[in-house]
Amino acid sequence: MKGEILAGAAVLLLFALFLYVAGMDGGAEWGGADGEAEGVIDGLTGGTYEPWISPIWEPPSGEIESLLFSLQAAIGAIIIGYFFGYYRGRRSA
Amino acid sequence: MEGFLPHPWWEVWYVLSLPVVVYGIYRINQLAKERRETLPLLALAGAFIFVLSSLKLPSVTGSCSHPTGAGMGAILFGPAITAVLCLIVLVYQALFLAHGGITTLGANVFSMGIAGPAVAYLVYRGCTRSKMNFYVSIFFAAALADLATYLVTSLQLALAFPSATGGVLESFGAFGTVFALTQVPLAIVEGVVTALIFKYIIQVKGDVMVRLKVIDEKRLGKLKEMISA
Repeated sequence: MKGEILAGAAVLLLFALFLYVAGMDGGAEWGGADGEAEGVIDGLTGGTYEPWISPIWEPPSGEIESLLFSLQAAIGAIIIGYFFGYYRGRRSA
Repeated sequence: MEGFLPHPWWEVWYVLSLPVVVYGIYRINQLAKERRETLPLLALAGAFIFVLSSLKLPSVTGSCSHPTGAGMGAILFGPAITAVLCLIVLVYQALFLAHGGITTLGANVFSMGIAGPAVAYLVYRGCTRSKMNFYVSIFFAAALADLATYLVTSLQLALAFPSATGGVLESFGAFGTVFALTQVPLAIVEGVVTALIFKYIIQVKGDVMVRLKVIDEKRLGKLKEMISA
């Protein structure tokens, strides 16, 4: 039980920190760190760097992007659940 | 970040990653032939990377990033096999999410699939040798691997975009502030979650971990006793 409590506490702490920073309203936008890195590249090159190729396909909207991200998480979660369910069930049989 | 690594850097990272991925595929084939009992665990390690790398979490810096999940695969199977697992996830994200990229795939496989896992592997082995608590070893291995991945990403960008005034070092500081700092709390969460999932693996598949030489029989016995107590 100790492990579960520790893991839960770590996740809660991260969430509390997030709420604290969000509550301070320092103008945080909660964008992706890679987007910010693109800003750093702009700063370093004086805005002259243009990506020399763009993605073949981009999700047409934020909704579709989050759909595909959820799908990725779901595929992983199904396999994890199957693995532990199968072997736990076999042990108790 | 498609197109954000200029020539010759994207080619450099492809060349460095390719042999590791090829060796990883060879090792997976070996497992599939000679140690089929390890394959469910391999699927689990891949699935763990799928889940963790899909979760964009908010961090204290006011931006979001995602953990990698690669530490677990590295502890169980070593860096080469983990590189192949990461490649699968990175291709999915590059093709369907415009996240990452095909031209930056080499660089991303190197940071997430090779550098991070190498750190996880070495930290875990080092901690085990110094008889550190099993779960604490897993925590450090996974958390430091996560952090190392983003430090290497920062270095990759710094090499490609050295600052006009302070060179690579100054750029590394700038990218590191964005990536590595954001990553610190996420790395801690990844370390804790990875340690927890290893508790469950010990319960159901500890014997396979012994066969993979991740842990010895005596230690496994003690850990199992601890869980059931």
